[in-house]
Amino acid sequence: MPELLEVKDLKIEATSYPPGEDPVRITIVEGINFTLERGKVLGLIGESGAGKSTIGLSALAYGRGGVEITGGQALLDGEDLLAMNRKEIRAIRGAKVCYVSQSAAASFNPAHRIGDQVIEASLRHKLMTKAEARERAAYLFDILGLPEPESFGKRYPHQVSGGQLQRAMTAMALCSRPDLIVFDEPTTALDVTTQIDVLAAIKLAIEKTETAALYITHDLAVVAQVSDDIMVLRDGAMVEYGPTEQIIEQPEEDYTRALVNVRSIKHQEAADQKRKYFEMSGIHAAYIGGVKVLNDVSLHVPKGQTLAIVGESGSGKSTLARVATGLLPPMAGEVRIEGEPLPAALKQRSRDQLRRLQLIYQMADTAMNPRQTVGQIIGRPLTFYEGVRGAERDRRVQELLDQIEMGEGYIDRYPAELSGGQKQRVAIARALAAKPEIIICDEPTSALDPLVADGILHLLLDLQKKKGLSYIFITHDIAIVRAIADSVAVMYQGELVRFGPKSEVLSPPFDDYTDLLLKSVPEMHLGWLEEVLATRKIESAGN
Amino acid sequence: MRLKEIPISVWIGMTGIIVALICAFFAPWIAPYGETEVVGDVWAPASDQFFFGLDNLGRDILSRMIFGARTTLFVAFCATLLSFTLGIVMSFIAATNRGWIDLGLSRFNDLMMSIPTLIFALVVLATLPQNMPTLIIVMAVLDSTRVFRLGRAVALDVAVMDFVEAARLRGEGTAWVILREILPNTLSPLLAEFGLRFAFAILFVSTLSFLGLGIQPPTADWGGMVKDNKDGIIFGISAALVPGAAIAILTICVNLVVDWLLRRTSSLKGGRGDA
Repeated sequence: MPELLEVKDLKIEATSYPPGEDPVRITIVEGINFTLERGKVLGLIGESGAGKSTIGLSALAYGRGGVEITGGQALLDGEDLLAMNRKEIRAIRGAKVCYVSQSAAASFNPAHRIGDQVIEASLRHKLMTKAEARERAAYLFDILGLPEPESFGKRYPHQVSGGQLQRAMTAMALCSRPDLIVFDEPTTALDVTTQIDVLAAIKLAIEKTETAALYITHDLAVVAQVSDDIMVLRDGAMVEYGPTEQIIEQPEEDYTRALVNVRSIKHQEAADQKRKYFEMSGIHAAYIGGVKVLNDVSLHVPKGQTLAIVGESGSGKSTLARVATGLLPPMAGEVRIEGEPLPAALKQRSRDQLRRLQLIYQMADTAMNPRQTVGQIIGRPLTFYEGVRGAERDRRVQELLDQIEMGEGYIDRYPAELSGGQKQRVAIARALAAKPEIIICDEPTSALDPLVADGILHLLLDLQKKKGLSYIFITHDIAIVRAIADSVAVMYQGELVRFGPKSEVLSPPFDDYTDLLLKSVPEMHLGWLEEVLATRKIESAGN
Repeated sequence: MRLKEIPISVWIGMTGIIVALICAFFAPWIAPYGETEVVGDVWAPASDQFFFGLDNLGRDILSRMIFGARTTLFVAFCATLLSFTLGIVMSFIAATNRGWIDLGLSRFNDLMMSIPTLIFALVVLATLPQNMPTLIIVMAVLDSTRVFRLGRAVALDVAVMDFVEAARLRGEGTAWVILREILPNTLSPLLAEFGLRFAFAILFVSTLSFLGLGIQPPTADWGGMVKDNKDGIIFGISAALVPGAAIAILTICVNLVVDWLLRRTSSLKGGRGDA
């Protein structure tokens, strides 16, 4: 069978302009070769900055913001995309090659109906009449498992869920019967329980329409389910390229092995979980406007242990953190540390009560003031709670930096000069500076690459051992729960579905939701997707 | 920060501002003649003796320009500074507290803005004693409504960020949240606005002087000088254009510098690395 897409010696560069110096050429991607047959799926996998999106977009002869494709060939059906002029490329984009982006919510125009946007490219390229296009869209909505396929297109983007929108975007890409679709992290922004449906829909649609696809993701377990071949990338170069089975089961390179074996942490669950060190009892909470978010939630965590709260978005797990910290006073219920009730509202809590309970945010980017240096960020709690100043403060900051394994030379840096993992480490140091007893971690690793996230989890566990910290770890990722928790609370639509020691909560018999949640976590073996779809009992609420 | 990294436009702007400042500070020593001294014929043309010629009363225009820089810059700068202090403090209090405080301040601000500035200023200045502090305060209060609008908008964007919440969770007071967390992150748009508002203040004080309600004669100021000499234009005498040009040039110079400051302060790497 002739190759549909053949990429040879691809080289992509960008120009950076340091002030006062001559512009510098930076090579983003170099020496990339691959071929893709009709109807096959190639997975491109790597951490952020590996160049996977850049390579994916080169199949559309597109360079994002200042990026230039400077070498090599990308042959689509034997014609070099990179040698084409603008008009020829426009004839191909949206007709022969289509693109599905990570955030469907940001990619749909909220002012137009979904159906009109789905068929727009096909009409524009005059591939079909409006009636044909609508019929094809309805057919695609049907394959993709969208509700009421005939009338789904009449809805506006805000009227459907995130998972549905992502599938609608896949329909948009498939509508013009393209030869090739580039999927750029299509399920990354979705809940695990929703991800599985979208993944299944994409896989089915690719099979039925016999379209070839480039599937870009950072999650090896996800790509293993949909692709025939996998290319592992790192820092713009190819690490390993081969059939999916070989990459997953017999990876040759160390880096690939690290990716396959990520989340290697094994944490022995604590035996005694009865003592209630930090406790929330009978919490009812609602936001202004009256929608009730939490309904009679009671849980506790002993000293030096980790309670993981799991659930999909909208389950109320972050609201629970807001109640615990006093940002959202509950309608009923109480928060206690060592049996001593904490005032419901933030303003009524004493400085010492505030110190004992610290919060680590999901997005370290927005959790730190970009105008303060690392020294100021970590040093402020020291001054605020203990009155430490001057050289002594610098010494203590450096001590904290050592504890988070960052070492010297960071005190005067600004957050923008740190990597994502380093930022999250600084956020942890800021929490530690207060000498807290309980740290609430609100999805601290979900914005990070798997290997970096692994490092952060290791650090948190080490600190727990050394300092006897209690964690309330909010996450949607069961794999993390398995790795670090002592006890687990499962939340679903504002209620506590299950709460107890990890070994009990994560072993059968399950209630329907816990069952769904456990089965939705992508596993690193072939055929996992099919097994789950065959055995699960209910669908996600966010679907 | 290396000097050679400063672009040429900034040097031009700085030169203009420094010349104006030198004139303002050292007017009595630089000016060849006195501020109110009559030295020759009415509207005498430029000559070696009188660089820009003489004005409608026979006073040296160059000397009056130098003295005028002092008055105009002082009034405009004080008014802008006061309006920013007032506007930023009020708007940040509104943005951090929200609720009825925000509502009250914002609606009062809307009320003030609904009255045309110039008419408001004319009415107020006509009733109040005509001296410099009054003029500065009236200009500042009127201008602070614009600053409030901008300040509240930018502060609201920052106030919802996680790091502000983190500061609150730490137990920080409103003063810390406003001054240390929000203000540094809103400085770029506010600085740009400061430059623009300063230029407007120069124009506004000139306008008021032109209408006879600003700086009172015989004190020299650029707007007033335009007024004094405007009748000459009919006779082809360019005396009024000199202070007019000075106003325009200073406004441009201020903006050249502000544009650059804006680029520098919007860098998140403390001015290191990318600009």
